[in-house]
Amino acid sequence: MAIARFLIRRVLTGIVVLWLVATAAFFLFFARPVNTVAHQLAGRAATPQVIATVIRNLGLNQPILVQYWHFLDNLLHFNLGYSYYTQQSVNTMLKQDLPPTASVVVGGVILWLIAGLAVGIISATRARSLFDRFSAVAVLIGISLPTFVIGELLLLIVFVPLNQHGFHWIQDQYAGPSTGIGNWIGHLILPWITLAAVQAAIYTRLTRGQLLDVLGEDYMRMARAKGLSERRVIFRHGVRAALTPVVSQLGVDVGQLLGGVIVVESVFGLNGLGQVSVQAIDTDNLPVIIGFVVLAAAFVVVANIIVDLTYALLDPRVRIA
Amino acid sequence: MTLLEVKDLKVSFPTADGVVRAVRGVSFTVDAGRTLGIVGESGSGKSVMTQTLLGLTPGGEISGSAVFDGVDLLTLGEDEMRKVRGAQISVIFQDPLTSMHPLYRVGWQISELIRAHDKSVSKREARERSIDLLRRVGIPRPETRVDDYPHQFSGGMRQRAIIAMALALSPKLIIADEPTTALDATVQAQILDLLLELQRESDTALIMITHDMGVVADIADDVMVMYAGRAAERAGKDDIFYAPHHPYTKGLLESIPNSSAGGDRLKPITGQPPSLIRLPSGCKFHPRCGYVMDRCLSEEPTLRPVGDDGYHVSACWLPTAAAGLSEQAEEIRKKTVRAERSEASEQIAEEIAAAPESEGSVI
Ligand SMILES: Nc1ncnc2c1ncn2[C@@H]1O[C@H](COP(=O)(O)OP(=O)(O)OP(=O)(O)O)[C@@H](O)[C@H]1O
Ligand code: SF4
Ligand SMILES: [Mg+2]
Repeated sequence: MAIARFLIRRVLTGIVVLWLVATAAFFLFFARPVNTVAHQLAGRAATPQVIATVIRNLGLNQPILVQYWHFLDNLLHFNLGYSYYTQQSVNTMLKQDLPPTASVVVGGVILWLIAGLAVGIISATRARSLFDRFSAVAVLIGISLPTFVIGELLLLIVFVPLNQHGFHWIQDQYAGPSTGIGNWIGHLILPWITLAAVQAAIYTRLTRGQLLDVLGEDYMRMARAKGLSERRVIFRHGVRAALTPVVSQLGVDVGQLLGGVIVVESVFGLNGLGQVSVQAIDTDNLPVIIGFVVLAAAFVVVANIIVDLTYALLDPRVRIA
Repeated sequence: MTLLEVKDLKVSFPTADGVVRAVRGVSFTVDAGRTLGIVGESGSGKSVMTQTLLGLTPGGEISGSAVFDGVDLLTLGEDEMRKVRGAQISVIFQDPLTSMHPLYRVGWQISELIRAHDKSVSKREARERSIDLLRRVGIPRPETRVDDYPHQFSGGMRQRAIIAMALALSPKLIIADEPTTALDATVQAQILDLLLELQRESDTALIMITHDMGVVADIADDVMVMYAGRAAERAGKDDIFYAPHHPYTKGLLESIPNSSAGGDRLKPITGQPPSLIRLPSGCKFHPRCGYVMDRCLSEEPTLRPVGDDGYHVSACWLPTAAAGLSEQAEEIRKKTVRAERSEASEQIAEEIAAAPESEGSVI
């Protein structure tokens, strides 16, 4: 019951957020003179008349509020409009380019969580050990290297040599899971590592810190005094308590994820949403840009609802309503 | 019958600042079904000593022996120790608010203990037993409360639940480490009554660690007064209250509000407990002792019998006849001190006398 109410409320506020984001994006982009698009479409030698026609065809001559009204109307029907250049529906374009992006995001997040949690847990339970010191250095490196540097490095020291020596499993570009799971992983493993590296470092540090705090709690001493096995004490009692702050951090981080995704896509030549949107920005293809912005916002809204739900399920003291 | 016999237990912690000598050779026994009260200021080593018995002081260097029911706890391996913890010896820690895991249901936490020591108990059986235990410690509507999370319990109820957990497997010994300090006064009394009642029913031995001489008066059979990691005095309860020998014990009694020993005002013991890394020479209490004598500065007294029964022992250079709160006892103390003082100890005594009482620590 509480969950249903929580969901309804969050979905409603989510819709408001999406509307605000879409509106902001719309006015941000349309407030500029839009003749550049018409110039590009009409070609270099276009006469003023041709350009005027193009502008009229794109509906750019109408008052801005009328255009906005059309835009909202379309949006309500889940129609994001049409590309200025190809007349292709933006919905179709986004749908086409979603699989590489979704693959990168899902795999990357899973990898960074597993790596961050595992290394963090081992570091905390063996604080000041050799492993702990070594991982602290690795974390520092991970945090200070920009994503694109990691990607280029991986291409240079993994991808290129392997392929030169006749080992072709690891590839750039994108291949869907329908071409075989192994093949899919081969194409995505480097993007995943690239996307996960920085975040895994941050999550290692976060997990280690949280778990160290928890290990000093009275209830951990109590758990030992109950005669539980050390493994149970660490995992059922310690890690379980350290997990909640990590999950709430995840809610903050999914927003920043998309920036990293765009970098990863361009480094590894994946034709995903990131590439499409960068192209669209280069060519002032407003419907595509706004479509991408709305989709990204929707992703962040949904991801946050899921994270908050998980958080409430993990911690009984959090009341959802 | 002796249930626990601790001999010359020492625990020290190597730290960056030096070795913390938290427990410096403590011996005592606890008989089945009896209650030993341990009192002493903060930092005197009470918790370290008792937690060491269960192997809960990682990083400590430990020596001595602690024979419980025929086996030396200090030699047990991790697996054997686990079988003792929670099943044969239970601990009730000071703070009920933080001693339960915040993310698990109260009943789950009790069941977990039961099932950790007996895998054959089903989840449902463990739950039924948890409900019974909660009922036994006076939790209303235990059938529904068993599914509550700790934050839905009040402090007193949480401590009751922890007591329920401590009783779950009918241990032979319960160590209660200041179980009521974090609770308000009326709840304190209820919890103490409950502990006593349950202890009487089940004939469990109890070690009660406390700052509160009033608690000791209520429940202890025997008392050990600790100072700076050692026993200052050990005796049956009556001897501690009516014939204290060690000036520190006397100071503790005098600091009880409205006690006969202290008149109608609070008399704190002046000064602060010593650093456990750089301990004073001689008697560790001498920088705060109003009866300090010359030999106290260089020689550390060991426990010796001061009463008729041989059980009452005290680690102080004052003559055995100086036990008690009477005028005669005070006369003997004063006479001895006059005879045994020269400049050095006189100066310390003057400083103590001049120290404002407000700077002392009341335990
Ligand atoms: N792991 C440790 N490392 C270093 N020093 C420690 C450690 N554990 C305890 N100590 C020190 O040992 C001394 C005795 O501590 P202990 O907790 O036994 O005191 P206590 O008598 O229980 O005091 P309180 O009444 O405040 O609970 C303290 O000075 C404490 O700082
Ligand atoms: S030995 Fe001396 S200093 Fe120590 S308590 Fe006795 S009289 Fe005081
Ligand atoms: Mg303590």
